[in-house]
Amino acid sequence: MKKLMIGNEAIARGLYEGGIGLVSSYPGTPSTEITEFLSTYNDIYSEWAPNEKVAAEVAFGASLGGMRAACAMKHVGLNVAADPLFTLSYTGVTGGLVICVADDPAMHSSQNEQDSRHYAIAAKVPMLEPADSAEALAFARDAFALSEQFDTPVLLRVCTRVAHSQSVVTLGERVEAPIKPYVKNGAKFIMMPSNAKKRHPVVEERTKALAAYAENCPYNRVEMGGTEIGIITSGTCYQYVKEVFGDSVSVLKIGMPYPLPEKLFRDFADKVKKLYVIEELDGIIEAHCNALGLTVVGKEMFSPIGEYSQASIRAAFGLAAPEFVTTDDTLPVRPPMMCAGCPHRGIYYTLAKNKVTVIGDIGCYTLGAQPPLSAMDSTLCMGASVSGLHGFNLARGEEAEKKTVGVIGDSTFMHSGMTGLVNIAYNATNSTVIILDNSITGMTGHQHNPTTGFNIKGDPAAKVDLEALCHALGIARVRVVDPYDLAACDKALKEELAVAEPSVIISRRPCVLLKSVKAAPALTVNKDKCKKCKKCASLGCPAISIKGGFAQIDRTLCVGCDVCQQLCHFGAIEKGGAAE
Amino acid sequence: MKTTGIMIVGVGGQGSLLASKLLGSLLLDRGYDVKVSEVHGMSQRGGSVVTYVKFGEKVYSPIITEGEADYILSFEKLEAARYAACLKKGGRIIVNTQEIDPMPVLIGGATYPTDILDELTEKGLDIDALDALSVACEAGSPKAVNIVLLSRLAKLLDIPYEAWLAAIERSVKPRFVELNKKAFALGYNK
Repeated sequence: MKKLMIGNEAIARGLYEGGIGLVSSYPGTPSTEITEFLSTYNDIYSEWAPNEKVAAEVAFGASLGGMRAACAMKHVGLNVAADPLFTLSYTGVTGGLVICVADDPAMHSSQNEQDSRHYAIAAKVPMLEPADSAEALAFARDAFALSEQFDTPVLLRVCTRVAHSQSVVTLGERVEAPIKPYVKNGAKFIMMPSNAKKRHPVVEERTKALAAYAENCPYNRVEMGGTEIGIITSGTCYQYVKEVFGDSVSVLKIGMPYPLPEKLFRDFADKVKKLYVIEELDGIIEAHCNALGLTVVGKEMFSPIGEYSQASIRAAFGLAAPEFVTTDDTLPVRPPMMCAGCPHRGIYYTLAKNKVTVIGDIGCYTLGAQPPLSAMDSTLCMGASVSGLHGFNLARGEEAEKKTVGVIGDSTFMHSGMTGLVNIAYNATNSTVIILDNSITGMTGHQHNPTTGFNIKGDPAAKVDLEALCHALGIARVRVVDPYDLAACDKALKEELAVAEPSVIISRRPCVLLKSVKAAPALTVNKDKCKKCKKCASLGCPAISIKGGFAQIDRTLCVGCDVCQQLCHFGAIEKGGAAE
Repeated sequence: MKTTGIMIVGVGGQGSLLASKLLGSLLLDRGYDVKVSEVHGMSQRGGSVVTYVKFGEKVYSPIITEGEADYILSFEKLEAARYAACLKKGGRIIVNTQEIDPMPVLIGGATYPTDILDELTEKGLDIDALDALSVACEAGSPKAVNIVLLSRLAKLLDIPYEAWLAAIERSVKPRFVELNKKAFALGYNK
C-alpha cells in the first residue's frame, strides 16, 4: 500500500517493520514525530523519558535484554546522550539498537546547527542517512539487522527536510524479532578498564569490517550520467542535485556517511573528469576524499552554514535561475511569539518591569526574549538556566543575586534542571529559580512529561510533585504563583530576590493551547475610557493592537486571561461587552 | 511531465497543515509522485509559515525557491507579498485578503503596509484576491478558509471537481464534511 508520510513517520514505520520492541525518547524538533508515531503501534512499548541520556540507556537496557530497541532525539539531544553512546560502541548490542538523530540545518527550531555525523566518527558507530521517506522507512527497517550483524548501535540521521517532508512510501509487513535469550557476559558488557581495553580493538576491527561492507552495501549507490562531472552527495542534498542536474551528471549517493568506503570513492573518481562534494554543514565526505588524496571541490564552493536548496546549488555553479519579481524587503517581519493568554506572559512582564537579569532556557518560553518584553539575557542549552544562574551569581556577588533569576519550563526542569538546583542548594548561592509549569512540553507540540501525570499514551501515570521535589533537593523556600495574577507575581519576585537564601517560584498555569483549558469570555476596550497610553500593548499579546492610537482587542484571539485588564490604570479594558 | 509547485503560506495556527494534507492525499490518489514539506516547531507560534507541495511524474527537491511556484495560496495578505518572489513567471497568487498584524505592527514599531496587492499587480503578477474568511463564515465556520482557498486552486488544476470532494471527505472529520463541501462550492463559484 502506498502512502504519503513525513520522514519521521516513515522512520517509525520502518522501525516497526524491522521488529522494534521498545522506544524511549525525549521530544525535540525535528525528531519528535518518530516516537509519537511509534506510540500509535500498540504491540510495542513506547515512552517519553525525562531526557535523551535516560532514553538511550533505556534502549541499551532493552537491547541488553535481547529486544530490538530504539531512541530518537534532536541533534543537541545526542550531546546529552553522548555518554552512553561512546561506550555502547564498545559493548555492542544483543538486540538490535538504533539511535535516531535529527539535525536542523538553518536552525528552524534549534539553538545551533551542529552536524551529528561527527558523533558517528567520534564514537566509531555506523550511521545511515536517508534522502526521502521511502529510504527512511527502508533504512530504519534494515538498521536492526545491521546492528546485530556488526554488533554495534546504529545511528540513523535525518535533517529537517527529510524529517518533515512527506513523500511516497510503500508499507511492508512487520518482521517478528523474538527476544534473544539473556546470557551474562561481563567481558562484553561490564566496561571497566580491564574489559574495555579488550573491547577497543574489537571496535577498530568492526570499523574496518563496516568500511568493507560500505563498498557494496545497499545504502551507497552510483548513478552514472556522463564522465564530465561527478557529484558525491547525501541526504536532502541528493534531491537538490537531481533537481538541478537531472541525469546529466554522475552521482555517488551516500546513504551511509560513516564509515565511508575507499574503493567505491576511487572508482567513481576515476570515471569522471571533475569531482564535487555537495553536503550540508561540515565537510565530512570531503575530508574523506582528501584523506584518499582525491581532488574534489567542496566547501570552497558550498557554504558550511545553513540549508542548501536547488537555488543555492544553481548559484554555486553559475547556472541560470528562473525569473522572479523582487519584493519589498521592508515588509514588517513576523517572528513567532507567545500565544494570546500564554501563561508565561505574566511572569515575563513582571521580570521586564523589575529590570531583572534572566538566565533563560529552552522551550516556548524562550520567546520571552522577543520584543516588546525582551526579558531574557541568555539561552544556552537544556538546564543551563539553573546552573548558569548559580555561576552568574558567584561571579557578580550579592547585588546580582538580588536582581537575577533563572527561568525553566516544567519539562526542561525534569530534563536537566534538577541537578543544577541541587548544586544551588549544595553550594549555596542565594539564587532564585522560576519554574514555568504549564503542565505540558509545549514547544515540541504537547508531549506529556513526568510532571503532567500522564504517559505517552495519555494514560494516568505517577506525577512528580514539583514543590516536594524542590524541597527534597535542598530548597526550603518554594512558593507557587498564578502568572495571570500580576500583583502576586510582582510580590513573589520581589520577596524571593530579597531573601538571603535560595528559592524557587513555581509559576503554575496550563498552556492555553491544551484542549482541557477553556477560554474565558474575550475582553473589550472601552474607547471612552482608553487614554491611548499603550500600556496594554507592552505585554506583546497578539490579541492587542493599537488602531488610531486606541487599544483594540481581537475577540477571536483573546482568551480572557485578564492580564491586560490588570495593567490598565483607566479601567478601559472590560469583561464581556459587544463585539467591535 | 513537468513538476508543479504549490506554496501554502500564512500565519502559524491558520490551518495550512490541513490544506497541505488534503492536497497531498488528492495528488497521490491521482497517481502523481508527491512531496509535501511542512513546518513544525517554533515558527508555528504565530510566526510566518510556509508549506511546499510539489507533484509530477518524479519529484526530487521537497522545497520551492525563487521563481519556482506555479501557485501560491496565501492565507494572509502580507504573507502573499513576503513570498511573491517564489512565484514562477505566469504563475498565480490566490490570496485571502484578511490582515493579521505581526508583532512589530501590534506594538507600534511598524505599520501594516497598504496597497500590497496593487503593488504586486503592478509588478505583473496574477493575483486572485478574495475575502476567504467571509466565504468560510458564510459556509458555517471561519476555519474553512483553507477549503475556500483550495477551491480557487481547483479551478486551475486539471483535477475533476468530484475528486476534490472525495479528498475533503478523506481529510476532515465526518461532522465537518458538509460544511467544508459548502465552503468549497462557494469559493469555486465566486
